[in-house]
Amino acid sequence: MKKYIINIGARVIQIIRTIGHMFIFLMNSIYFIFSPPFKYRLLLKQIYFIGNKSVVVIILIGSFTGMVLALQIFYTLRKFGSEAMLGPAVALSLIRELGPVLSALTVTGRAGSAITAEIGIMRITEQIDALISMALNPMKYLVVPNMVAAIIVFPLLTAIFDVIGIFGGYLIGVKLLGLSSGTYFSQMKQYIDIVDIEIGLYKSISFGLIVSWISCYKGYYTSYGAEGVSKATTESVVLSSILILIWDYFIGSLYL
Amino acid sequence: MIEIIDLHKSFDGQEVLRGVNLKIEDKELIAIIGQSGGGKSVFLKHLIGLLKPDRGSIIIEGIDITKVRRKELDLVRQKFGVVFQGGALFDSLTVYDNIAFPLREKLMLHELKVRDRVEELLEDVGLSGIENKYPAEISGGMRKRVALARALVTEPKIVLFDEPTTGLDPILLHSIHDLIVETHRKYGFTGVIISHDIPEIFEVVDRVAFLYKGIIAEIGTPQEIQNSKNPVARQFLTGARNSLIKDL
Ligand SMILES: Nc1ncnc2c1ncn2[C@@H]1O[C@H](COP(=O)(O)OP(=O)(O)OP(=O)(O)O)[C@@H](O)[C@H]1O
Ligand SMILES: [Mg+2]
Repeated sequence: MKKYIINIGARVIQIIRTIGHMFIFLMNSIYFIFSPPFKYRLLLKQIYFIGNKSVVVIILIGSFTGMVLALQIFYTLRKFGSEAMLGPAVALSLIRELGPVLSALTVTGRAGSAITAEIGIMRITEQIDALISMALNPMKYLVVPNMVAAIIVFPLLTAIFDVIGIFGGYLIGVKLLGLSSGTYFSQMKQYIDIVDIEIGLYKSISFGLIVSWISCYKGYYTSYGAEGVSKATTESVVLSSILILIWDYFIGSLYL
Repeated sequence: MIEIIDLHKSFDGQEVLRGVNLKIEDKELIAIIGQSGGGKSVFLKHLIGLLKPDRGSIIIEGIDITKVRRKELDLVRQKFGVVFQGGALFDSLTVYDNIAFPLREKLMLHELKVRDRVEELLEDVGLSGIENKYPAEISGGMRKRVALARALVTEPKIVLFDEPTTGLDPILLHSIHDLIVETHRKYGFTGVIISHDIPEIFEVVDRVAFLYKGIIAEIGTPQEIQNSKNPVARQFLTGARNSLIKDL
């Protein structure tokens, strides 16, 4: 019995330590984002890397999400005789909720895991040690470019997701279910506030920070061996996804 | 001069270094030999501040690097070149960019000077013509030579070599040893070389230190080490299979 309690205590302390460690890592990264020298070329490279890796999947998932959403919402709206509201309903769900969350989850799976693996391999092959021994700061080379790139790229990918999704909904609502195209778009204009777009933006920016933070952290502190890297990669995807969903709920509840 | 005083380091209760004392003179080449897993790489990582000791000091040209802050430590690190055990070349950069990296990022040299310098080093290590390949595309021996070139390109005052020759064929081994001797003659650095290549390494260095059970158990010129009366050192050198080292 006593042993159990000791075990639980040890685990709790371990978890709190890890969380503290992660926050210190985040604070450090944010500090280094604003302290020169700035690595513009690395930043461009990471923007290209994250964007390029994810954009096709984002388009694919975005279009199907929009289409499914339109089908589902149309079915519901018909029960109340308000099919005309299909446009705003689809757009609002996408802009406030599904766009940011689904694109963040997609990028986590594509680019986040790749970032963890890349940094993890640099750790176990002593490339990070090599940077340190050259009196260079590995955070500046490996972490900062990824974080800034993610903060820039996530909103852009989300915007693509939203637009594609809305057109997917258009395809179903107008071409398949026979709504007039004027209704679909004009209602949308009327019901979507700038606040909705802001929420989507805040969400996607913070998801960018979360995903890059977790991916870099897990890679940076990977344990040794190829196993260590694959474990770190899995953990980074799982943890990023959970944090995305929790944070999404949190922001959503602030802006009801 | 590098002075290591009473250096202790454990990992989760496993004592790896248990009071290493060593003085390394300017411009000498010293070899560290010892068993696999005996803490040689751990020792080397302390010299450049990659690991912090539990106890003890490391004094490099008057500065105790275990006590100073990051900024001052980085100043000391400017003097170093390191060849890591696995090479630690940057995967995402070509051979050329790997060697140019410290020049560009550390010394902020102009691209023309970088070119001259990198070409000179490629020549030194006998690798002209592969500058556009990536580390994954070249052989292990070539990687070691590129790592050597990258460590030497800034003309550091101190160079640390972690097993620069392990796993190479005898011809390559000798060519790398020659390379170390030649570049040492040319650039005049202080060199600490971890090696398993006994007795070949004895032809290269001025002194040999035998790291055993976390301390320097024996030190001297290659001649002295080879004639050592110390039973463990004797056994290590001859590779005899009796019981002395068994309790490790
Ligand atoms: N970062 C670390 N965390 C925990 N233990 C470590 C760490 N680095 C090294 N060790 C342990 O310290 C011991 C010495 O390792 P080290 O790499 O210094 O050996 P070595 O003498 O260089 O061996 P080899 O000749 O095989 O390279 C090993 O038992 C290793 O497991
Ligand atoms: Mg080693």
